[in-house]
Amino acid sequence: MQPISTVEGRAYPLGLKNVDTDIIIPAEWLKTISRTGLGKGAFQSLRAVEGNVFDDPEFAGSPILIAGDNFGCGSSREHAAWAMADLGISAVIAPSFSDIFSGNAFKNGLLAIVLPQTAIDRLLEVAKTDPIHIDLETQTVTTPFQDRFEFEIDPFRKHCLLNGVDEIGLTLESSDAIGSYESRLAQDRPWLVPSAI
Amino acid sequence: MATIIMSAPQTLYEKIWNAHVVEQRDDGTCLIFIDRHLVHEVTSPQAFEGLRVAGRKVRRPDLTLAVPDHNLPTTARRDGAGNRIPIADPESAAQLDALERNAPSFGIRYIADADLEQGIVHVVGPEQGFSLPGTTIVCGDSHTASHGGLGALAFGIGTSEVEHVLATQTLQLKQSKSMEVRVDGELGPGVTAKDVVLHITGVLGASGGTGYVIEYTGSVIRALSVEGRLTVSNMAIEHGARAGLVAPDDVTFAYLKGRPMAPKGAQWDAAVAYWRSLATDAGAVYDKVVIIDAADIAPSVTWGTSPEDVLPITGSIPDPASYADPSKQVAAQKSLDYMGLSAGTKLTEIEVQNIFIGSCTNSRIEDLRAAAAVLKDRKKADVVKWAIVVPGSGLVKRQAEEEGLDRIFTDAGFEWREPGCSACLGMNPDKVPPGERCASTSNRNFVGRQGPGARTHLVSPAMAAAAAVTGRLTDVRELTR
Repeated sequence: MQPISTVEGRAYPLGLKNVDTDIIIPAEWLKTISRTGLGKGAFQSLRAVEGNVFDDPEFAGSPILIAGDNFGCGSSREHAAWAMADLGISAVIAPSFSDIFSGNAFKNGLLAIVLPQTAIDRLLEVAKTDPIHIDLETQTVTTPFQDRFEFEIDPFRKHCLLNGVDEIGLTLESSDAIGSYESRLAQDRPWLVPSAI
Repeated sequence: MATIIMSAPQTLYEKIWNAHVVEQRDDGTCLIFIDRHLVHEVTSPQAFEGLRVAGRKVRRPDLTLAVPDHNLPTTARRDGAGNRIPIADPESAAQLDALERNAPSFGIRYIADADLEQGIVHVVGPEQGFSLPGTTIVCGDSHTASHGGLGALAFGIGTSEVEHVLATQTLQLKQSKSMEVRVDGELGPGVTAKDVVLHITGVLGASGGTGYVIEYTGSVIRALSVEGRLTVSNMAIEHGARAGLVAPDDVTFAYLKGRPMAPKGAQWDAAVAYWRSLATDAGAVYDKVVIIDAADIAPSVTWGTSPEDVLPITGSIPDPASYADPSKQVAAQKSLDYMGLSAGTKLTEIEVQNIFIGSCTNSRIEDLRAAAAVLKDRKKADVVKWAIVVPGSGLVKRQAEEEGLDRIFTDAGFEWREPGCSACLGMNPDKVPPGERCASTSNRNFVGRQGPGARTHLVSPAMAAAAAVTGRLTDVRELTR
């Protein structure tokens, strides 16, 4: 994962609630065995509507997306995060995210930032004409109009994002602890080891 | 002198969580051991590729089981001579081929496309006794929540987490909040587990369970079969909860006993004793409690494009202006535009052209029996152009054929297919045509879910069968009286 500390630029003012993962990337696109090239299928059903924000030249290449409640609900497909990254999006701001999507976003260095609906409403307004600035270190979203919104983020996730930590590598440092757990498990609950059945 | 330390009362969720903590960091993040990992073709290729690039192995192939389901056509897989019938779509064929090569090369047991045991991962796991109470179970699929019906802490993960579990047999997690959803009373005639979970989703909303693990309790849940409990827990994710749970009991143990991968002999007895200890202690506290009266649950149907858009079949399409929340007003209007519906229309006046009986929600033997009971000696209406039944596994299919259910379906005008995810997700060849409606026993009515422009109404198997007979959404109670 590449380290990430700030995101600055225009934002797609989507605002829609319950944007599910089938909207972000339809299942037809999940046949790939690669992580790249999914941007073409991103938000396909929304882009089929004339005048949509994704195909508005005003917002072309925006690194930020602003959405409504429960963003990323539905499927566990990480293709949703890959598709958004492929489209050039580095951060999503919404009042809430599905648990699985926010995890997938984090693993791919895509910031999933939770702000209250009042802040979202203000940012949707600003986004129509001006850029938005996100600073992970100070946990703030700011605008050229002195708006300043603070957001919460899990300290471990923040550390991983700022430093581009390889989480599997980190866990593998605990291999001995995992091995001890496995030994205890084989003693305490031997029926869980298929070879012992 | 020995000291007896009385521990605080714990919920089922807390007990399973605590039994799986390998390490805890200062910020509360825990390294959680994963007992069972199910792998399918769609969310795993990039994970196996990641392992190869980093030169990593699968830590516990013995705790991992691979089976194709999402992308597999549900038409015949072998010709009369037993030769494989090639998959027409080259991308799908390549993805299935990747799993077939990856599983053995990393030492993982692979159930092949035409094996009797093949099926939807969430049907196969319980059926094989691979999924057990008190375990942690993951799969790169959000409907992994299903296995919670057996009392397992089971949840969907993304591909990066699939790779993490393959490499380490653990996940870095923070404990969720706990919620009890208690369904008291007794279900009325024609009301099934599917109606219970649709109703719960309507009450909680699509994000009501976000951040929670939900334990389903109460007399209604206790009275459900394991199949019904799997159906309820399956849709935990549709109200936002990553995992659902039902405490294991004698019904669970009777279901699991003798399954191929379930413990045997003395191991079985030890396992049952442990499983009995998992029930939530008296006095344990949930972060939130929601109580539902079974008398309020009717045969249910969705009208919009979020699973929270649920109504009893006796209802009418709501007026978007009737919602207090302005964002819900906008969403409801968008839903009605997509669904081609207008406020005030009675649900029973809505015509359907397609019927899908299948998916990890409703493709087990009980589901097929419930649908067949309605269809026996009846035929689908002429307006229904496409009606398919897709059993959840080869074993379910065989059982249904032994009971003669396949004949009831085909006599009624249904197609009888091979096991797989099928028309639940518009990925394999089974799709609902644009602009057409489908009464579907699956779990999601999202825009484009069953194919671009497809309009989905989620229902129980009995309700899907009733809709097939009349050609419109129908109160099954009118056909079974």
